[in-house]
Amino acid sequence: MQFKTNTSPFFNSSNNVNGVMLQVLLALIPGTLVMMYFFGWGILFNIILSMFFAITLEAIALVLRKRPVMVFLGDLSALVTAWLFALTLPPLLPWWILLVGIFFAIIIAKQLYGGLGYNPFNPAMVGFAVLIISFPLEMGLWLEAGSFVDQSYGFIDSLKIIFGMNIAPDWDAVTMATPLDSVKTGLLTGVDYNEIIQKSHYLSNTLNNTWMWSNIAFIAGGVWLLYKKIIHWQIPVALLLSLLFFSLIFYLYSPQEYATPLVQMLSGATMLGAFFIATDPVSASTTPTGKLIYGASIGAFVYIIRVWGSYPDAMAFSVLIMNMAVPMIDYYTQPRVLGHKQKVDL
Amino acid sequence: MPNSTSNTATVSQSTLDNIAVIEEPKVTIDYKKITLDGLWHNNPGLIQLLGLCPLLAVTGNVINGLGLGLATLVTLTISNFAISASRRWVRSEIRIPYYVLVIASIVTMIEMIMHAVTPELHSVLGIFIPLIVTNCVIIGRAEAFASKNELAPATLDGFMMGLGFTIVLVTLGAMRELIGSGSLLSDASVMFGSIADNWTIQVFDNYQGLLLAILPPGAFIGMGFLIALKNIVDKKIARK
Repeated sequence: MQFKTNTSPFFNSSNNVNGVMLQVLLALIPGTLVMMYFFGWGILFNIILSMFFAITLEAIALVLRKRPVMVFLGDLSALVTAWLFALTLPPLLPWWILLVGIFFAIIIAKQLYGGLGYNPFNPAMVGFAVLIISFPLEMGLWLEAGSFVDQSYGFIDSLKIIFGMNIAPDWDAVTMATPLDSVKTGLLTGVDYNEIIQKSHYLSNTLNNTWMWSNIAFIAGGVWLLYKKIIHWQIPVALLLSLLFFSLIFYLYSPQEYATPLVQMLSGATMLGAFFIATDPVSASTTPTGKLIYGASIGAFVYIIRVWGSYPDAMAFSVLIMNMAVPMIDYYTQPRVLGHKQKVDL
Repeated sequence: MPNSTSNTATVSQSTLDNIAVIEEPKVTIDYKKITLDGLWHNNPGLIQLLGLCPLLAVTGNVINGLGLGLATLVTLTISNFAISASRRWVRSEIRIPYYVLVIASIVTMIEMIMHAVTPELHSVLGIFIPLIVTNCVIIGRAEAFASKNELAPATLDGFMMGLGFTIVLVTLGAMRELIGSGSLLSDASVMFGSIADNWTIQVFDNYQGLLLAILPPGAFIGMGFLIALKNIVDKKIARK
């Protein structure tokens, strides 16, 4: 509810939910274009399909819950969830796996908890976590990145693969381990880190490093969000500094056994997570101090799970873990109210 | 009746009898209510939410659920019978250790029997059979019902609570098996022997399976849906 003020010294804030979500969608465009350039049409189809499924499922859930459908669809939050979710998926993922993920994101993580504003967990990350746990094989099929023109699969072929129509790619030939994957499996089998760098298609050559470029593009989007004051600086800065801190300490301790801080910072979902996922206004911490703690803890968990966990990337799990801690963080970091002493009932 | 109540220092058998008679006013026992409570209104799995640990841990498929459910059912029936039968001679100060002793001996016997009769099922269920001792349903029914009621209703209560628990285990197991691997009653032979070799029903052919349903999160999510379903049904009934 927004009260119109008629006299001149007051501004109306343009930050309604709709506007915020629109800015987030805009900010996602550069990163998405970079990913499309390297991975082809599959990325775009992932986004379109996710949005279609998300809108459909959200509408069904709203009808079942007897809520006004157009009002809640119009806030664009389902589209943001769908887009973020789609960016975590490998291209050419079969459509039904995508549907399972978006079902968990929209129905279970969001609508069952009461819709936007009530979900304790980040819906996009719940969808991703369900998929990476349930379909580890399919979720690892990242196509070999090329430039847009020499993609192995064009527009029609990509569609056929996604909908499972008589065309099955020879996955072994066309896919390639992501940088974090190569680092993880290499280090686990005791290969020296320098050797891993040389062997990895991405890490050996900066120009080839798709992941680095898409991460940089997501930084650009994140800076736009900061400039527009859609997100606050605390979460991304704390997250990135804490990840940098841990990766630097371990890298300095033993450069042969731990990846460089640069690889940690510019691989996988680091930047997407830091600027777009961890800053989700609903499931993230809301107090200034709380945001710092929240971001720094996510950074620490990302490093811990990436290095010692069983999955190559960890943004989703770290965000979900810290989502659980948000009520407690917010409780103990409430800012002092003007005219009151700082006091928290313990 | 000898006038022994005046002597409070020594507690004789007749005093205990008198106390017992005073504590238990004769009420008509509603067997239908006990049955419905165990199966639906006060279901240990869905309403009391007792014994969730084995309930969530072993329900990866129907047979595991059925196996543990039946073991719990037998334990619960016998323990309610034994505790109800001995309730007049157990002082309230020591009743909890006494219940644990009784339940532990029953579970030990059942575990040995399962080990001998169905060794494969025993190895699949593993630690969860001995853990029935700590299942809150059993000690809960002993304390809440068996220690206060006659032999017949107490035994019926144990049986019906066990049956209600088994039904939840089997339903959850069926849900998770169906979603997780697209089949039902797989590995039935570990419980029923070689005649059950081809009982497995492959509901969906070429089904890839949703691994999540078999993993622990699937148990929690499935359990949530079961409880929600029960609440919906209850609401529908109440509205009529």
